[in-house]
Amino acid sequence: MGTSVFYFVATLSVIFALMVVFAKNPIHSVLYLILTFFTFTVHYVLLNAQFLAVVNFIVYMGAIMVLFLFVLMLLNLNKDNEPNKSALLKVVGIIAGGCLVVTLIGSLKSVAIANPLVLKNPNLGLVENLGKELFGPFMLPFELSSLLLLSAMVGAVLLTKKEEKANG
Amino acid sequence: MGSLFENMQAVPLNHYIWFCAIIFTIGVVGVLTRRNAIVIFMSVELMLNAVNLLLAAFSVHHNDPSGQVFVFFIMALAAAEVAVGLSIIVMVYRNTQSIDINVLNRLKW
Repeated sequence: MGTSVFYFVATLSVIFALMVVFAKNPIHSVLYLILTFFTFTVHYVLLNAQFLAVVNFIVYMGAIMVLFLFVLMLLNLNKDNEPNKSALLKVVGIIAGGCLVVTLIGSLKSVAIANPLVLKNPNLGLVENLGKELFGPFMLPFELSSLLLLSAMVGAVLLTKKEEKANG
Repeated sequence: MGSLFENMQAVPLNHYIWFCAIIFTIGVVGVLTRRNAIVIFMSVELMLNAVNLLLAAFSVHHNDPSGQVFVFFIMALAAAEVAVGLSIIVMVYRNTQSIDINVLNRLKW
């Protein structure tokens, strides 16, 4: 019964991801993307990576999706629909994607790690364990990522600021 | 929570690889076939998430927490990337009144 949860959630993720790509209205795409991220959160819980589940829930479903929705509302795109790409390009894109998935799965088949996933250490993904790792060997990258976030924030503010005529 | 994972132990790592490959490919197809810049961005997010899940699965497989720390860094990077990218899209829309990426075809060469 336990494994069927994984397959059920995986099927849901694939369906919602397909809906993200093929939905006509960008707002529907965003809403389906939220559902996809929710199924990913369930995957993390199933892997017992509770810290990642919470971070995925807050950062992706909270921050990033609100940003997407906000920009979509700001741009007011409801009247001019996306001009369709030619059908030929769509078919070529789907064929290219099919080739990619066949290549990936075919090449990874030879690796054949068929043994089931076993959690040796039950508190592997808990905050305590990850915090020790994060503030031990990964201290420098952690601090650097704060610089990255700061520069991204400054960049976003600078980019979206309306230029004044005098600076022209 | 532990009992939940007890049930999960029969899922082979192969199936995680296949599942993530499929999600990644859906993201690639989205980038190739759509022209709306925001939908292209969302497809990139799908690809990042597929890689994240695979990293977490391998971290459990090898019993090594660094994989999950990497996922954490990728999430921080994705947040920064989305903030900058969406502000670029807003600026493009302000200048061209459209977010069709074919308007920007002079970036190609």
